[in-house]
Amino acid sequence: MLIPVSWLKRYVEITILDSALAEKLTMAGIEIGGITRIGENWARDKVVVGHVLKVEPHPNADRLTIATVDLSNNESIKVVCGGPNIREGQKVAFAHEGAILYNTHTNKTQPLIAAKIRGINSPGMVCSEIELGLGKDHSEILVLPEDAPTGTPLFDYMGDSVLDAEVTPNRPDCLSILGIAREVAALTGRSVHEPDLEYVETEDPINHQISIDIANSDMCKRYSASVIKGVKITESPDWLQKELRLAGQRTINNVVDITNYVMLEYGQPLHAFDYDRINDNKIVVRPAKTGEKLSCLDGELRKLNPQMLTISDSKNPLALAGIMGGTDSEVSDKTRSVVIESANFDPINTRRTAKALGINTEASYRFERNIRPDLVPKALKRATSLILEMAGGKACKGIVDVYPNKGKATSLIIPHGKFKKVLGANISKKNISNTLLALGFDVSLDGQKFKIRPPYWRVDIKIAEDIVEEVARIIGYDEIPTKMLSSPIPYSESSYSYDLRETIRDIMIAGGMHETISYSATSKDNLRKVAMLDNGPNPVRITNPMTRELEVMRTTLRGSILKTLESNIKVSQNKSIRLFEIGKIYIQDNALVNDKLPEEKEVLIGVLAGPRHQLSWAVKEKYMNFFDAKGVVEQVFTELGLAMECMPYKDPIMHPGKTAQILCDGNNIGVLGEIHSDVLNQFDIKEIVVSMFEINLESLYKIKKGIYKHYSPISHFPESTRDFALVFETNVLAADIQQVINRHNLVKSSTPVDIYSSESLSVGKKSIAFRVVFQSTKSTLTKALIDKAQSSILKQLQAKFGIELRN
Amino acid sequence: MDKNINLETIDEVRAEALRELQDISSLSKLDEWRVSYLGRNGSLTNILRKLGSVPLENRRQIGATANQAKLLLEEKLDHHRNLLANAKTSSESEDDVLDVTLPGWPLSNGNLHPSTKMLREITKAFSSMGFQVQEGPEIEWDRYNFDLLNIPSDHPARDMWDTLWLDYTDKHGNTPMLLRTHTSPMQARIMENAKPPIRVLVPGKCYRYEATDSTHEWQFFQVEGLAIGEGITFAELKGTLYEFVRCIFGDERKIRFRCDFFPFVEPGVDMSISNFVDPETGKRPIDYNQDWIEILGAGMVHPNVLKNVGYDPDVYSGFAFGMGVERIAMLKYGIDDIRLFYSNDLRFLEQF
Repeated sequence: MLIPVSWLKRYVEITILDSALAEKLTMAGIEIGGITRIGENWARDKVVVGHVLKVEPHPNADRLTIATVDLSNNESIKVVCGGPNIREGQKVAFAHEGAILYNTHTNKTQPLIAAKIRGINSPGMVCSEIELGLGKDHSEILVLPEDAPTGTPLFDYMGDSVLDAEVTPNRPDCLSILGIAREVAALTGRSVHEPDLEYVETEDPINHQISIDIANSDMCKRYSASVIKGVKITESPDWLQKELRLAGQRTINNVVDITNYVMLEYGQPLHAFDYDRINDNKIVVRPAKTGEKLSCLDGELRKLNPQMLTISDSKNPLALAGIMGGTDSEVSDKTRSVVIESANFDPINTRRTAKALGINTEASYRFERNIRPDLVPKALKRATSLILEMAGGKACKGIVDVYPNKGKATSLIIPHGKFKKVLGANISKKNISNTLLALGFDVSLDGQKFKIRPPYWRVDIKIAEDIVEEVARIIGYDEIPTKMLSSPIPYSESSYSYDLRETIRDIMIAGGMHETISYSATSKDNLRKVAMLDNGPNPVRITNPMTRELEVMRTTLRGSILKTLESNIKVSQNKSIRLFEIGKIYIQDNALVNDKLPEEKEVLIGVLAGPRHQLSWAVKEKYMNFFDAKGVVEQVFTELGLAMECMPYKDPIMHPGKTAQILCDGNNIGVLGEIHSDVLNQFDIKEIVVSMFEINLESLYKIKKGIYKHYSPISHFPESTRDFALVFETNVLAADIQQVINRHNLVKSSTPVDIYSSESLSVGKKSIAFRVVFQSTKSTLTKALIDKAQSSILKQLQAKFGIELRN
Repeated sequence: MDKNINLETIDEVRAEALRELQDISSLSKLDEWRVSYLGRNGSLTNILRKLGSVPLENRRQIGATANQAKLLLEEKLDHHRNLLANAKTSSESEDDVLDVTLPGWPLSNGNLHPSTKMLREITKAFSSMGFQVQEGPEIEWDRYNFDLLNIPSDHPARDMWDTLWLDYTDKHGNTPMLLRTHTSPMQARIMENAKPPIRVLVPGKCYRYEATDSTHEWQFFQVEGLAIGEGITFAELKGTLYEFVRCIFGDERKIRFRCDFFPFVEPGVDMSISNFVDPETGKRPIDYNQDWIEILGAGMVHPNVLKNVGYDPDVYSGFAFGMGVERIAMLKYGIDDIRLFYSNDLRFLEQF
C-alpha cells in the first residue's frame, strides 16, 4: 500500500520527518519497506513554477522553439525548448542552471549546465517528467495546473514522500490512508480529522429509483447504494489525479477515480454502475447461474459458476461481487446517471472466486481480509459527496442500505492484571486507557477491570491478548523489560538421533570428508541415472514444482552426491575430492490409503575421487579407491564402538567385483564400493575411479541404541609379534582367515601387512602376510607358548581353508 | 691353529670396542661401530667364524668367551642406541639438516557445511538456556502446518507461506500433504505429545514455493523454539532472544524488536539485527541499502493454538520463535548469495 504523505496530512497533523514517521509505523507493526521522495533533488532556488509567456520558432532548428518563461519578480528568461507540446500560457517546471536533474544524454543525475543550442543561449530548461525524476516520459514537457503559482519552488508546490507500507493480513483497516492516519495519530499523540460526509440531496427518494435484493446474505452481509443523476463524466481534477498516481492507481474518469480514491481513503471498495444500463432498476446479489458469462473490465470474458457471487440486474450479471465490474454497466463518457455500490462481501467466497478465476484486485484483496460492514455507509456517503462536487448531478434522497444480520457490538472485559501476566511489565491503568483511547477504542474502567470495545474499523481484535498487543506496540516493545526464563528447566530427553548424527558428522570431517547439503527434491532423470526410477520405490511427486529439476522427492542420495561431485570435478581438475552428506530420503507406502505420511529415512553417503593427497613433495601421487572409502567407514564404526564387516555384493550402479555390503550386528546396513563407469559417464565424470559408501542411519541408530563403550583392562605383560605369510586359494577371504586367527585366546590382534603376488605362486593362489600380536593378561608369553599357539592356528587354517605358510 | 685367536685377542677386541663406544654420539657412527665389530666382516665376527680352527682343548673356553663378548657388545649396542635416541644431542643437526621451509605432510582436512556450523552454534546458544533438541517430519499435513497454528484454509494469512503441495488425495478428496513451510508444525506435535512445562528447540529443513535469487532459496533450514509453562511472559521471550543474539553475534550488533503478525502468536514480534558491515571495506554485502535485517519471527503462543492441542490458556502461557539459519549465517559471515549454500561448490564450503 502506497501512502503519499501529503494525502496522509489531510487527516492528521505530522510534524516529524518522514524517516521518523516510517520508523514509528514500522516498530508498531506497519512495516514501511521504503520511502520514495518526489523532488528530493529539487533545490528551492533552482527549480520553480514558470509561466510560458511566449513561444517562438528556433531560427536554426525546426523541432526546437524559444520559450520566454516568466518566473515572477519581474524576471523572465528565454530558453530553448524541445518539447512539442509547449504553448503560451502554460504553467511549467522551470530549472535554472545548476539544478540537479536527470540528464537523458548521460543517463546520470547531475547539475544542469547553461548551453548554446544551435546558436541560441539557453540558461535553463523547461522540464519533462524524466528530468524531474517523476516518470519515464521525455517526449513532452510537464504541464502544471493553471493555478500553479508562478515563481513558487516546485518542491513546495508538488514535492512529496510516498511510504510503501507492508500491511499484514490481520490489518485490512490499514489498507487505507485513514487507517494509517489513525495509527500515526495514536503514535504521535494527535487526533484524526475524518472527512465530511454531508451533501445536498433532492426530494426524489432513492427507493423509487432502484431496488436491491440480497439473495444470499451469507455471502453479502451488507449492501448499500446511492443514485446520482445528471453527472458529467470528465477527467478528474489534477489534485485527484496526482494523489491517485502517487498511490499507484491509474486514472480513468472522475466517477471511477472517486470510487478508487474513497477505497484508498477508507479501505472500502466501491463500484460505480451506469444507472441506465441496469435492467428494470433492479440489483440482485445472487450466485451465478451455470453457464452465465461476464465480460469483465479487464477485457476478459469469464465463465461463471454457482459458487461465484454476482451483482446482477433483473436479467444478467453486471459484476463479480467484490472482485471486478463488467463492461456492460461500465461508467463511460455517455453515462448520465450512476449507481454507487458500497457493500460487504464474504471473505472466503471472495477469495475462492478470485483464486478460481486467477484475479487479484484491490477490491478482492480487501474483502478477503474481512473488512468491517460498518465502513459501508461512510464510504458511500463520502463518494457520493465527492461525485456531486466533481461530476455535478443530483443525489437522490437517502441511500439504500440492506443489512440483514446486523451483529451486536461486543465488549471485552479484561482485568488489569492480564497485561502484566502476558507482558511481564507493569503498565499503569491510565497508560493503558490512554493508549487504547488514542487508537479509537471505547474504554471504561470498573475497579481493576477494563471494559473495552474496539473501534468500528478494526477486525483483528477478538481476545484479551489482542488488546495487550495493541497497548504494547503503541507504548513500544522497547519499553518492555528483558528477563531471563526463571522457571526450572524441564527435563526432556535430548534427541538421540540428533546427537548421534552430529557425532557421525565429526567422524566424517576427521576423516577428511567435506560436508555437502543438497536439495531434497530432484528430477526423475536424476533418479533414473542411479537406477532408482524403475527399480526403486515410487517417489513422492510435488504437485506444483518450480522446475522439472525439482519434481519429485528424492528416494536416494546417490543422485544428489554424484551431481555434486560432477560439478566440483568441472571446476577443479585433478583435485582430491571427498564429499559426504547426511540427508533424508522419502519413501511412500505403495498404498497411500492409510493416511500416513511417507517415511523419512536418514542416510549417510560419501564419495571419494582423485588423488589421495593434495599435491605434495612428500608423497607420490596415488589415486583413491575402494579402500579409501572403506577406511572412512571403518572409522565410523570404530568410533561408535560397533563391529562391522564387509562381504562381496552386487549393486546395479557399482563395479561388479569391487563392491561390498556393510554388515553390522548381522544386518545389512549399507553399501561400499567403486561406482560403475557407465553410471559415472551419465554424470559426465570421466576416467576417474569414484568410490562411494552409503549407510542407512536409521538402522545404525537402532543398533547403536544401548551400546556403550566399555573399558577393558590393560595387560601388564609384554606383547610378542609374529608374521604369518600365508598362501591360499584366491576365493578365500581375508576376513575369514583373520576370524580364525583372532579366535585364539592368546591373539590380541592381527593385521594384514602385505599382499604378495608373484609368478612363483601357483595359479589361483594368493598370499597375504598377517602380523599377529600375542599377549596374555595373565603372564609373559614364552616362546614355547607362542609356538604352540601358532601351530594350532596354522593347523586350523590348513584344515578349514587349505592354507599353507609361504616359506 | 690360528695363533691370533686366543683369550687375549678376544679381550683386546672387546675392550677396544667398549672404549670406542663411549665416544660415539651419533647413530651413523654407532652403525659404523657395529659393522666394524659385529658386522659380516667385523673383528669379533671373524673370531667367531674361525673358532673351528682352534684346537679342541681350547675351543670350548675360547668359544664361550667369544660368545659372551658378542652378547655383551650386542647388549651395549642396544643400550647405546637407546641412549642416543633419547638424548637430544646437538651433534645430530650437524650431519642431518632439513629444509624446514618445505610444506608438511598433506593431511586432508574435512569440514562441516556452513548451515551445520550455524545450526550447531544456534543449538548451543539455546541449550545453555535449557532448550532440548527435538526433530520432526519435513513432509507434513496441512493440519499441522496451518490449521492447528490458527491459519485456517481460505485465509489470506496462508499467502504468507507459498506452499509446495504433494501428490496425495485423501478419502474426502482433499490434498492435505505438503512440504512443511516452517518448523512451526512441530509446536503442535510436541504439545500434543507432552505436558507442560516444555522448552524445546526444533532444527530442520523447510521448503517454500519460491523462485531462487541471491536472497531467496526454496529450501532452507529453520530453528523453532518453544517454551510453555505457567507464568511465562513476553519479557522472558525478549530476554531469551536478546541473549541468543549476544551468543551468536557478540555485543556489538544492535537488535530491533518490533510488532509483527503471525497467526499463531499474540503479541507477535519481528526481530532484526543491524546489517553486516565488512570490517575491511566498510560496505554491506547483503541488502546494502538496509539498516536492519530480519532474522526471526516470534511471539507469545496464541491461546487458540494452546486450545487446539488441549492446553488450558488460562493456566499455561509461553512463547515461540522461528529463525532462518542461512540468513543468520549470511549476516555472520558476510555471504552475499544464499544460493551458494546448496550448490555445494567446494570453493565455498572449504571456507568454513
